[in-house]
Amino acid sequence: MRSLVRLSAEGEGFVPPSSNDFNLPPIFGENAYTTKPIFMVFFSVILISVFFIAASRKAAIVPSKLQFAGESIYAFVRNDLARDVIGHEFMRFVPYLFTLFTFILTNNIFGIVPLLQFPAMSRVSFPYVLAVFTFVIFHYVGIRKQGLGKYLKEIMFMPGVPKPVYILLTPIELATFFLVRPLTLSLRLFANMFAGHLLLLVFIMGGDHLLKGVIGLKLVSPFAFAFGIGLTFFEFMVQCLQAYIFTLLTALYIAGALADEH
Amino acid sequence: MQFVNLAEAEKLNPLIPHTAELVVGFIAFSLLFIVLRSKVVPMFEKAFTERTNAIQGGMERAEQAQLEAQRALVQYNEQLSKAREEAQTLREEARVQGSAIIEELRTKAQEEAARITATAHASIEAERQQAITSLRGEVGALAVELASKIVGEALDDQARQSRVVDRFLDDLEKSK
Repeated sequence: MRSLVRLSAEGEGFVPPSSNDFNLPPIFGENAYTTKPIFMVFFSVILISVFFIAASRKAAIVPSKLQFAGESIYAFVRNDLARDVIGHEFMRFVPYLFTLFTFILTNNIFGIVPLLQFPAMSRVSFPYVLAVFTFVIFHYVGIRKQGLGKYLKEIMFMPGVPKPVYILLTPIELATFFLVRPLTLSLRLFANMFAGHLLLLVFIMGGDHLLKGVIGLKLVSPFAFAFGIGLTFFEFMVQCLQAYIFTLLTALYIAGALADEH
Repeated sequence: MQFVNLAEAEKLNPLIPHTAELVVGFIAFSLLFIVLRSKVVPMFEKAFTERTNAIQGGMERAEQAQLEAQRALVQYNEQLSKAREEAQTLREEARVQGSAIIEELRTKAQEEAARITATAHASIEAERQQAITSLRGEVGALAVELASKIVGEALDDQARQSRVVDRFLDDLEKSK
């Protein structure tokens, strides 16, 4: 949006979309809490809540179409993610994993929903928050299950390894558990959404700019748009996949912390 | 313009989080978590449990019904074979009884026929006797009448008359 405004203001010269296009200005004055991503995140919370409350309200044995739709998503997270990965203690974590999946999925898909068209997860703060939640939860679960000392010992000194190897392995393991996991979790989601949105911007705004060029460029423009549309479908896949991966990895980390030996 | 943008881009590193977004992300996610955990998950779990129970109950009922049906089938088959045997016995008995009845009836009929024949013979004999008796009387009377006529005509012939009477008497005596 901002780039469009900028383009029309300049009137000439294509300015490729950059990371600045993700810094949307506040809608109301200078209030940093009124940006588009923030509204979208709140909107997603309302949307998800309303949809799932409506779907689960009756909890009938023979489900309505709405209940079936909601149940399918819930059963997917519950059975295919939580139960298959975590095992018999999975039920405790279903609410968190379910929230995680629906929250990420909805905000991701907002990236290709007309009028919204901005993935909130391309704002790195949101993936950070989610990764911190997962980080706190899986460490908390591990400490509760095995005790602080044993949990840390399991992480630092993996059993069945020759002693000298610990010089190398212990720092790696510590880094993995306390730095790499939360960072990769959040950055993977962020980068995918960021890059995907940027790609769409390039092709669609590029196509738009080509339309303003000479006749030859005008002819090329539809291809840019077509590619942008194709990429939109591709983005949809990536958005679902990233929501799935984030939730799956969280379940895996929890399962690892619950397991006596990893 | 480009330079300004670049400067801005450097200032706004996309990896640096924004306080407002961190706060909002935390609040929004927590809110959603609370709503889903308290309102949605229990209801879906309830539906799942009820469905499982319903299906299990249904299956158990079906199994029971099948068992019962099988039991009934066995029972019916037994009853059927029993009934067949019974029918066989009954038929056998009936045949035996039937032939016995026929035999009896035939004997009775023969006896009856014999009795009727005997009665008929007797009555015929009696009638014959009666006829003979009555004939004898009538013949006598006729003979006497005839004789009287003959006697009446041949009264003048004394000698012939006495011969006739004598002969007649002789005959009578002979026939006795």
